[in-house]
Amino acid sequence: MAHKKYIVGIFDDEDVVKDAVGKVRGSKVKIQEVFCPYPVHGLDHALGYDRPRMGVPAFLFGITGTSLAFLLTFWTMGIDWPMNIGGKNFIPFPTNIPIVFELTVLLAAFGMAFTFFFMEGLGPTTKPVIFDERSTDDKFAMAIDMSKNTLSDAEIQTILKESGASEVSVKEI
Amino acid sequence: MAHKHEIPSLDESFEFSSSSKRKLIISAIIGVVLVILGYFLVAKFGHHEAGHEAGAHGGGHHGATVFSRLVANLWMNSVYFIGISVVGVFFLSYNYVAKAGWYTSFKRVPEAFPSFVIVPALIMLGLFLYPETRNIIFHWTHHGIMDPASENYDKIIAGKSWYLNFGFFLVRMIAYFAVWYYLWIQIRKNSLLEDEYNDLAYYNKSRFYSKLFLIFFAVTSSTAAWDFSLSIDTHWFSTMFGWYHLASWHVAGLAAMMLTILLLKDHGYLKAVNFSAIHDLGKLMFGFSVFWAYVWFSQFLLIFYANLPEETIYFQERLSGYGGRYFWPFMFNIVLNFLFPFLILMARESKRNVTFLKLATVSILIGHWLDFYQMQMPGIAKDQGGIGLMEIGTTLTFASVFVYFIMSQLSKANLIAKNHPFLEESLHHDI
Repeated sequence: MAHKKYIVGIFDDEDVVKDAVGKVRGSKVKIQEVFCPYPVHGLDHALGYDRPRMGVPAFLFGITGTSLAFLLTFWTMGIDWPMNIGGKNFIPFPTNIPIVFELTVLLAAFGMAFTFFFMEGLGPTTKPVIFDERSTDDKFAMAIDMSKNTLSDAEIQTILKESGASEVSVKEI
Repeated sequence: MAHKHEIPSLDESFEFSSSSKRKLIISAIIGVVLVILGYFLVAKFGHHEAGHEAGAHGGGHHGATVFSRLVANLWMNSVYFIGISVVGVFFLSYNYVAKAGWYTSFKRVPEAFPSFVIVPALIMLGLFLYPETRNIIFHWTHHGIMDPASENYDKIIAGKSWYLNFGFFLVRMIAYFAVWYYLWIQIRKNSLLEDEYNDLAYYNKSRFYSKLFLIFFAVTSSTAAWDFSLSIDTHWFSTMFGWYHLASWHVAGLAAMMLTILLLKDHGYLKAVNFSAIHDLGKLMFGFSVFWAYVWFSQFLLIFYANLPEETIYFQERLSGYGGRYFWPFMFNIVLNFLFPFLILMARESKRNVTFLKLATVSILIGHWLDFYQMQMPGIAKDQGGIGLMEIGTTLTFASVFVYFIMSQLSKANLIAKNHPFLEESLHHDI
């Protein structure tokens, strides 16, 4: 597999990196990703990310759970093997609500966990790409994919330095 | 998101114009006229085979009359509006105790609510102290019901006499109203002083009174629920009832706050309240609608499942009793308080959309009115209950006076608590 060339800028401060994102994007450089030790408020907005539409799959998984639970309780208790419990209807609606609730939550939770793994390409054998280990400690790392940018190495390095990066390095991964 | 934004001026004074005063007084009078009209229409043309004479003597405990329906209306609207009012202090208290900052930009709105507490308090005290209305509302006050020698003797109710007796009940009622109102006055006073003299001491004092309120309200929210609503159906009891009642009060209060804020914003006030704060209040509204549904359903499911006659009678009365007249209020209760707000407020954008929020608040306010209706009307008005001119009139009058009180409170101080130590957090609140 061909190695990809990245330029990684290291920043020391949350506010500096947030301003730098604006400056770098302003100079027509495409940023691959910014790695932070903790969530930085407003960074996703600065990077121009859309608001994640997590609610849509969550709702779909949830409603699937609701339907399956109704199917399960109605079928088993009311149709396949009707049981007389306390003289109630064979399909006593209120009794099923706890099961419906639990299965809705269960499927929504599992569904979202697997959606996350799928979207992020995570799995038991995948090796995460770490541009700079200090981004899990106290530094902010901005990665720029060279194959997606037309500017030269030197130009991008200058832009990064000018926008406040404390160090800039080239990585081939 | 974190854009740089301008903070609008914090000096806003609400003007309670004489034309809106006049409108509110007129609508209150229209309400009273509707009640009188409704009363005589029902008395003349309504079906009241039980007759007037049954309710006239204090000991009679079965026949409900049009008058019972009027008394039930006054009582349920008092309980509903006193709840919305007192939730104002409740909201401030838990936010003070949690050292929260997000709500400070609209803090004056919940702060204005509890001024209304005195009106329902006086009505409720009057209804309780006057023997005839007391006997209409409460089964347990009937003559001789706790006296083994009497033919009215009821062993189960007599067993509750240590709690449900005239003296203790009166003391409790006065204690609730007095302490709730007093603690509100203290919190309000310190908040107004804070506006004038920028000093952290007022904040600390408010926190102190908030702690007292929370401790007191933790107990009295439940006991008030037992007293005002549960003891109407004296034989029946539910351990979920205190929470259920509080959940109903709380979410109705939050909806009233939200509606007040949105209407003030529509009229160009509260410019400094940003949509992140409104979004958070919307989340609380959404969350507590679900919480109400959870408690309501838990209470229902356990009784449904156990199927014990002395417990199911409560729901029997509401679902099919008295010719099924309480069936639709009972059902709409769940739709308006849970299904509709749940679906409409689920998405993020809808909690930032004025139209959606208004729909949800109106649904919750009507829904919880119905909740108190179906809690109290079957026990008091029995086969005379219904929703007609009388109900609309009573509610209109209560609502008008309530709005009058709130608006006059809002006009007394700057609309933004401008020296609150956490105000900056609220102005830049960003989610």
